[in-house]
Amino acid sequence: MCSVHRVGQRLERAAGLAPRRSRYVGARRHLALGTVLSGPLAWLVIVYLGSLALLITSAFFRLDDFTGKSTSEWTTDNLSEAFTTAAYRTLVLRSVAIAALATLVCVVIALPVAFYISRVARTWTKRGLVVALTIPLWAGYLVKAYALRAIFEPGSGDDGGGFLHSVVGWSPGFGYIATVVTLAYMWFPYMFLPIYTGFEKVPDSLLDASADLGAGTFRTLRSIVFPLLVPSIAAGSIFTFSLSLGDYITVKVVGGTTQMIGNIIERTLLAPNQPLAAAFTLWPILIMVAYLVAMNRLGAFRNL
Amino acid sequence: MKLSSSARWSLRLTTYLTLLIVYLPLLIVVILSFNDSNALVWPPRGFTTHWWSSIGHVESAREALLTSTKIGLVATVIAVVLGSLLSFALQRHDFFGKNAISFIAVLPIALPGIVTGVALRNTFVRFGWDLGYTSVIVGHATFCIVVVYNNVIARLRRTSPNLREASSDLGATPFQTFRFVTWPLTRSAIAAGAILAFALSFDEVVVTTFTAGAGVSTLPQWILNNFSRPNVLPYVTVVATLVMIVSLPIAWLAQRLSDGPGGAQ
Repeated sequence: MCSVHRVGQRLERAAGLAPRRSRYVGARRHLALGTVLSGPLAWLVIVYLGSLALLITSAFFRLDDFTGKSTSEWTTDNLSEAFTTAAYRTLVLRSVAIAALATLVCVVIALPVAFYISRVARTWTKRGLVVALTIPLWAGYLVKAYALRAIFEPGSGDDGGGFLHSVVGWSPGFGYIATVVTLAYMWFPYMFLPIYTGFEKVPDSLLDASADLGAGTFRTLRSIVFPLLVPSIAAGSIFTFSLSLGDYITVKVVGGTTQMIGNIIERTLLAPNQPLAAAFTLWPILIMVAYLVAMNRLGAFRNL
Repeated sequence: MKLSSSARWSLRLTTYLTLLIVYLPLLIVVILSFNDSNALVWPPRGFTTHWWSSIGHVESAREALLTSTKIGLVATVIAVVLGSLLSFALQRHDFFGKNAISFIAVLPIALPGIVTGVALRNTFVRFGWDLGYTSVIVGHATFCIVVVYNNVIARLRRTSPNLREASSDLGATPFQTFRFVTWPLTRSAIAAGAILAFALSFDEVVVTTFTAGAGVSTLPQWILNNFSRPNVLPYVTVVATLVMIVSLPIAWLAQRLSDGPGGAQ
């Protein structure tokens, strides 16, 4: 890679230009990096991280009950309310469970589907299937939420129900099941794509070696393929888990009376009680930071 | 790998069943947009083209479409500039804190949208700035940067640094190298990133809800606000169908331009 460069350097050194050029280039590289990086860095650090920092500190201010605005008086009341109230803890636990279940559903479906497309399907159907499974991601979030509402609509009295009610004769109605299924439906492509890419990267030689050593198909899948897919699953799960955890609209559309962290944050913010809402947002922030650290250990960031 | 024929068939069945489940709800929305009833019930009560022929008169939907387009375009321009610059900087240079920066870039989509939304709203309110177009655009650009960044850096990782070195060894200025080497190699990835960024902005609800003031209503917000009104609900299914008709081919194009598994490269 460097040979052309090195020849160039040698020629320049012969011409007596080398020392001046290298110092000049070094300084210019730093300057170039500075100019190119300053814009995006300023945006991400000042606008985004700055806002996050402000949000976290705003949880420590006391609310003025009369004006509904936060005062400059420091307090830890918001934090203790958000983190020690039993009802809120249950709500957080339920949100984590819903997000984890939606992620699990995505993994369980994505594994065989990606396996089929990557290893069994013919070359010419491969790309068609990949595109067909990922394109609906762009069909619109609300479109899909309402589409699933039309599926789960339980119906009441002579008012006919939705698709499941009329065609299958049974619908779980609006609640936990509908919420988990809808979230899994919406974020499935985020799980499918990294797993599919992971399958594509498994070298054939490993599978041959495993078969040659006497392993059956199932054993090869369990001991060779699955460990290689762990980083891909971890990468996909960051999106399915995070998007599900913070969701509060899906649960409004298909969840019936079910509530998640997002609903509490929204309601508290509009109450208006900004400091308490900020304290509630610490829940998803802390959960996601812990989740990202755990997934990073599984190698997720190499696959993002 | 050897698979029994029954294993092959069950895998094939799972795949095509998944495909069916993915498209069935979308198909139902399209069918219900011709339904002669204003409820999401199945089977449809009767066939009508009334909702389709009168959608043009729904002023609020037209305004929301315009608002979404404006916000999407501006947010995309910001995201393309910042996302491309970021990927150029991170791919070409090694420096202290590089990993931290690539982590921060992913954070806006790794943290739930409600966190970003509440945080930006708080910042705008704290500094006394009005919530409106600007705050929504700032919110959208923040999570769109990473989409462009991901697309462009994937392309840069695939192109050899030799090309740029050769260009400068042959006497090209940095500008000429960019114009004749880097740009032709990365433009399709930048285009794909731009399309996906626009699509993401066009579809976004949560950050928009928290950063939009009373005066701004995007298309997703229009859908959200009108869903519970029975006399507008059929128009929601028409708008939803229109969104799919427009966005699905564009998303397909973006996928072909990018380096992902569905891409052409």
